[in-house]
Amino acid sequence: MAEKAGMKMRAEQVNFWYGEHQALKNITLDIPENKITALIGPSGCGKTTFLKILNRMNDYVDGARAEGIIHYQGMNLIGDSLDVAALRMQIGMVFQKPNPFPKSIYENVIYGPKRHGIRKKSQLDQLVEQSLKQAAIWDEVKDNLHKSALALSGGQQQRLCIARCLAMQPDLILMDEPTAALDPISTQSIEDLLLTLKEKYTIIIVTHNMQQAARVSDQTAFFLLGEIIEVGETKEMFLNAKHETTERYISGRFG
Amino acid sequence: MTGEIITFKKRSSKQTQLQEFIVRMILLFCASISIITTIAVVATLFGESASFFQEVPLREFLFGTRWSPTLVPRHFGILPLLTGTLMIALASSFISIPFGLGSAIYLSEYAPKKVRRVLKPILEILAGIPSIVFGFFALTFITPLLQALIPSTQIFNALSAGIAVGIMTIPLVASVSEDAMSAVPDSMRKGAFALGATRMEVTTGIVLPAAVSGIGASFILAISRAIGETMIVAIAAGQSPVLTLNPLESIQTMTGFMVNLSLGDIQHGTIEYKTVFAVGSMLFLMTFVMNLLARLTIHRYKEARK
Repeated sequence: MAEKAGMKMRAEQVNFWYGEHQALKNITLDIPENKITALIGPSGCGKTTFLKILNRMNDYVDGARAEGIIHYQGMNLIGDSLDVAALRMQIGMVFQKPNPFPKSIYENVIYGPKRHGIRKKSQLDQLVEQSLKQAAIWDEVKDNLHKSALALSGGQQQRLCIARCLAMQPDLILMDEPTAALDPISTQSIEDLLLTLKEKYTIIIVTHNMQQAARVSDQTAFFLLGEIIEVGETKEMFLNAKHETTERYISGRFG
Repeated sequence: MTGEIITFKKRSSKQTQLQEFIVRMILLFCASISIITTIAVVATLFGESASFFQEVPLREFLFGTRWSPTLVPRHFGILPLLTGTLMIALASSFISIPFGLGSAIYLSEYAPKKVRRVLKPILEILAGIPSIVFGFFALTFITPLLQALIPSTQIFNALSAGIAVGIMTIPLVASVSEDAMSAVPDSMRKGAFALGATRMEVTTGIVLPAAVSGIGASFILAISRAIGETMIVAIAAGQSPVLTLNPLESIQTMTGFMVNLSLGDIQHGTIEYKTVFAVGSMLFLMTFVMNLLARLTIHRYKEARK
């Protein structure tokens, strides 16, 4: 069985090891389309590991091994025959710390599209404007597109990284604690941005910030020690969690 | 909690000030040693050169095409030595730059951790081989090989020595470039991978541009090293200061001339003696200008990216 109706992706019985250490145990999770799914849980619970399986960033970790099935557009994302570069066009990623390339703002945005064959100046220009607008940073940078991205503030850099990801016109966006390194005001602007982005994209976000999960997400999955303890609609979970551990974690009594 | 009462001894501010002052003076002395030495060396070089140029016009020195300072009639045109040195530098950089950069890219971007752990120390051992060994390697291995390929190759020739200097400087390029590339934050590679870039695209599009100043520095260092290299050229390149651009012929470099002349007994104050300093000054100026240029270009590049 593949993705259910209204679902973008389905993970089935996913297990994952770093060498001998099993980091994920029997993860089964549906990702609803055009919704934001938050992955929460204490450090080391496997939520980031799970996120990185989805765009194969664990390929660069020595001794990493995954089992199970992740249904996505008729493919299994856990499989050796996958075209990883093509997959990453579809599934974009935003990292914990803003990581713009030491190039101009313009070049940062066109980096992905250029890798995938877009060469025409007019098309690139269009992608740059469109992506920066979508990432709500266009007004701040439109006169300085050829300045170094490193001159931007942390919050601007992160929105640029989001724009860089959007320029690929992805289908699904993975975010690994995208506001962890930002101040409250920048965090606010990124959260506002997420809510507008979900109209067009499906988003999975890892966060340590319970309020953030509550504010932005539609579905929440609570990870603990490599397992999903509870998954459900965010409102429902934050109001009355089914499991006591979830309730304790959400209310900040452990974690 | 119980226990004895701990009281801190108050330090007088005079005492700490004096301590700081002494430490600062000692460190300043350490730092000034190299500066003082450099100034002394340059002063000696230029002093002796000045009296050389009282006897030989600068024009003859710079533009003369014949070099025979020890034989009458004496000629003091440095061009044959200069082309000799430049040929060695050129030949060596054809070896050291591609192979050095290639090794650096492999070590930093492609090699599994285990391979890197073994390979890097081996590369650094290569850097520790004395240059005289490379000199004999050139004479007894590279030259016969060249002669087998191109029979007209002379026993002493610029190419053989240049190749040996190049091999010797591979570790320098590799090590300095690799350091620069490893210093590029991993988050940038990950960012590019996440946009679907291949390893080669990450290397050429992200890592190399970000590390360019360090890589450029490694090239300059290698070329400077080649210009200053003495032992290999003294052994394998020959002792014939003739103006030629044929790398298969015997030549003499500036350093080769200096070592050659200092081996014989030359009298203090004679024109031969002063010639060594004049050539030395020239050598110093060349490396100095190169380092200056390197700094300028790196600086420009950094400015342009701001």
